[in-house]
Amino acid sequence: MTAKKTLFDKVWDSHVVQHIENGPDVLFIDRHMVHEVTSPVAFLGIKNRGIKVMYPEKTFATADHNTPTINQHLPVEDPLSANQLKMLEENANEFGISYWGLGHEKNGIVHVVGPEYGITQPGATIVCGDSHTSTHGAFGAIAFGIGTSEVEMVLATQCIMQTKPKSMRINVEGQLNFGVTPKDVALYIISQLSTSGATGYFVEYAGQVFRDMSMEGRMTVCNLSIEMGARGGMIAPDEKTFDYVKGREFTPTGEAWEKAMAYWKTLPTDEGATFDKEITFNASDIEPMITYGTNPGMGIGISSGIPKADSLEGGVATYQKSLQYMNFNEGDSMMGKKIDFVFLGSCTNGRIEDFRLFTSLVKGRKKADNVTAWLVPGSHKVEKAIKDEGLLDILNEAGFELREPGCSACLAMNDDKVPAGKYAVSTSNRNFEGRQGPGARTLLASPLVAAAAAVTGKVTDPRELMEMQTA
Amino acid sequence: MAYDKFNILTSSAVPLPIENVDTDQIIPARFLKATERKGFGDNLFRDWRYNNDGSEKKDFVLNNPIYSGRILVGGKNFGSGSSREHAAWAVYDYGFRCVVSSFFADIFRNNCLNIGVLPVQVSADFLDDVFRAIEKDPNTQFEVNLPNQTITIKSTGAQESFDINAYKKANLLNGFDDIDYLLNITDQITEFASDRPL
Repeated sequence: MTAKKTLFDKVWDSHVVQHIENGPDVLFIDRHMVHEVTSPVAFLGIKNRGIKVMYPEKTFATADHNTPTINQHLPVEDPLSANQLKMLEENANEFGISYWGLGHEKNGIVHVVGPEYGITQPGATIVCGDSHTSTHGAFGAIAFGIGTSEVEMVLATQCIMQTKPKSMRINVEGQLNFGVTPKDVALYIISQLSTSGATGYFVEYAGQVFRDMSMEGRMTVCNLSIEMGARGGMIAPDEKTFDYVKGREFTPTGEAWEKAMAYWKTLPTDEGATFDKEITFNASDIEPMITYGTNPGMGIGISSGIPKADSLEGGVATYQKSLQYMNFNEGDSMMGKKIDFVFLGSCTNGRIEDFRLFTSLVKGRKKADNVTAWLVPGSHKVEKAIKDEGLLDILNEAGFELREPGCSACLAMNDDKVPAGKYAVSTSNRNFEGRQGPGARTLLASPLVAAAAAVTGKVTDPRELMEMQTA
Repeated sequence: MAYDKFNILTSSAVPLPIENVDTDQIIPARFLKATERKGFGDNLFRDWRYNNDGSEKKDFVLNNPIYSGRILVGGKNFGSGSSREHAAWAVYDYGFRCVVSSFFADIFRNNCLNIGVLPVQVSADFLDDVFRAIEKDPNTQFEVNLPNQTITIKSTGAQESFDINAYKKANLLNGFDDIDYLLNITDQITEFASDRPL
């Protein structure tokens, strides 16, 4: 009888080219995504070594981190950003890599376009110089972020050196409450584990909640794995996964599809396989979440108050520094706090389902006058769907405009910066000090919580507005 | 890119007793627009180090002349957040060769090891001892001994050992990087790739 294996073990073990005694594994990489910010030094590295990209057909380049979200048809004004984009295009051309630059119909955030075009597939190893590469784990792939030295390794040899992480299974059982989205599930788990609770682990998400979840919802959850410290997170591929992948541009067809499907069906964790750590949560404990501090682990149910420092383990000084930055007090309720900006977008929540949720709540209402709203689709494909489904008309009617695709205010490398001291309810992934602009204060939340804030101008429980709609 | 060899480092240390120091603090995203690995040390801890007008924040440790050295000591969960290697480059370019903490984020740790910065993970108690020793005397010397895998507070003799895998240790001692290794096994990689469906 063969040993019981986890999904993670099956995918990892099938990609080990060589195991180094007392050292890392040489891991073969099936898909490599590159963007303009973390790749130039890697390309420079292989040029300096006088070598080529070993398998250019396995690398895909898109521009997203450092691109404007208005007037993309015009030249990029900032000379440093323009240069970075030019470098990526030149490098892609020189080494024969597909490049979906600004204005290209397939352009968008790297972790949004990968799945959209079938680059992301079950059982694959996928890396990118971006920590939210964990997104692709939603398909049962091993996907994780790497540094620029590792980008260079993959360009040069299609491999990286990695010590195999420990395994953790996180089960969420039961059914989600009204108004609770995949983003809330992820923020809840991170609030329970802290931002380092899964460091050293690769996570598998299991249980009814994830089985019931859509592929886009699974992407949102896997995307946020890194925010609990995990290298990545993955979900066993099932019929939903296969339906999503089928028929996309880079998906296998014909006999290759049948062969792939047969393999993919063997991937789920064997019954009886063990994990280094296993945790179970109940879906009924989760309500819409919001963060109040300066890391994604500082999240609470929207109706509860900011915890007291003495109720938490460890660093009181760090905790108080964080609240001071936010200008919040221990014990404060989050509800009713005035906000200035709303950001809907990013690789976490920039897909069509996120726009549908946001639109469902603002429909028939008006954007609050004190709120500046940035609605940024994750890709041109998402942008097109927003228009085709009639969401844009509803959004416009409610006083919202749509921007062009990119990472935008998630990391504020471009001009989409929240000013110092201002509060933004954001559907993105990080609320670090200055993440959305120097001095900016970020409250992470779901598209529904963001929508409720956008129409009321303050932190509002979306369930109140949804009940009014359904009543 | 190859880097300087690391063997035994004896130096004073710069204390940053804050937990969860994330990569956006180490190097904010707006300084990631370079296309070469140059000058990142100037923007290390940019927003903690400088006011908006570019003047120094006097109370930040890097601006306090009594603290110096090639070792940076940070609180628990150092380097969380993004995969930007620029954070490790900034630490290196500023002049640090070693970061000490009781816990490191994975990607930051890997990035450090790949560019020749040694992450030394110690117990929470030892980390407290390190902070206390620096508080008492900012010139306290520490010995980070890679061959023996130990860190010693010279004034008290307190010592702790740290983990590093044998492969990475050999790389650091010799100044080798992973690409040198991988380029030597391309035949094996090619053979492996020929069987892959993707």
